Amino acid sequence: MPDLDTAFNALADPTRRAILARLALGEATVMELVEPFEVTQPAISRHLKVLEVAGLIVRRAEGTKRPCRLSKAGLEAIDQWLGMLREALARNYDRLDAVLAQINQEQMNPEKGETR
Amino acid sequence: MSKMTLKTEGDLYVVVTRRFAAPPEAVYRAHTEPKLIERWMLGPEGWTMPVCINEARPGGRIRYEWSNGKGGGFYLTGEFLELEPYSRIVHVERMHLPDPTPDNHVETRFEADGTGTLMTMRMTLPDVETRSQMLATGMEHGMEASYVRLESVVEPELAGSQRRSQ
Repeated sequence: MPDLDTAFNALADPTRRAILARLALGEATVMELVEPFEVTQPAISRHLKVLEVAGLIVRRAEGTKRPCRLSKAGLEAIDQWLGMLREALARNYDRLDAVLAQINQEQMNPEKGETR
Repeated sequence: MSKMTLKTEGDLYVVVTRRFAAPPEAVYRAHTEPKLIERWMLGPEGWTMPVCINEARPGGRIRYEWSNGKGGGFYLTGEFLELEPYSRIVHVERMHLPDPTPDNHVETRFEADGTGTLMTMRMTLPDVETRSQMLATGMEHGMEASYVRLESVVEPELAGSQRRSQ
């Protein structure tokens, strides 16, 4: 499991997030990543190094190429932490809907509300 | 059922909106009365809130503790800055995991919207790094894995609970 601080730091850059979004579609080589980003190849390579050290991507050797893909473990660790806010809020508000409906019912029908 | 929206604004803000089928007074009370808060502010399924302190006055303390019933848990502390019944709450909060996260400054507004309420919660993070970390799930770039998962998890459940309540 990668260090979360390193992972968050790696993600605090829009180009690196965009690279991850691209890799979410599938494996890619450095050259394939250079194309859509209008960034130089050394710059992309530096970003990939940061992502690799953070455990967010893995690279394999294929001749002289080193295609990259998302690391499942790395992304899951982050996803878990970050998903917490969104998921917790969404679930909370769904529950709040039910609480509000009950408050409303108790006000409209105080007797029923109390004998519930 | 209105979907929650969660988006970034400028460098430091995260804005959450949600509509509720109840007047602002009820939604505000549900955010300030511990007996109501502990019924919904529970986070993931299976968690409970054994401690719910909410002193709804300027300077008042907030302390929420959550437990997963298996020895796991974390807590949040905060302070109220401003309260305007039933329209606006301003507070500061931080999570303890167990190290405290940077302070999150939160303004929550409740506006009448037809017979319901539009809630707008604006969180101000201390710096762009903190916010990036919060948002690194990549929502700006369409990596919506947690979104999709959330929908697949929450919606059948909602459909189920609606059926049950009929």
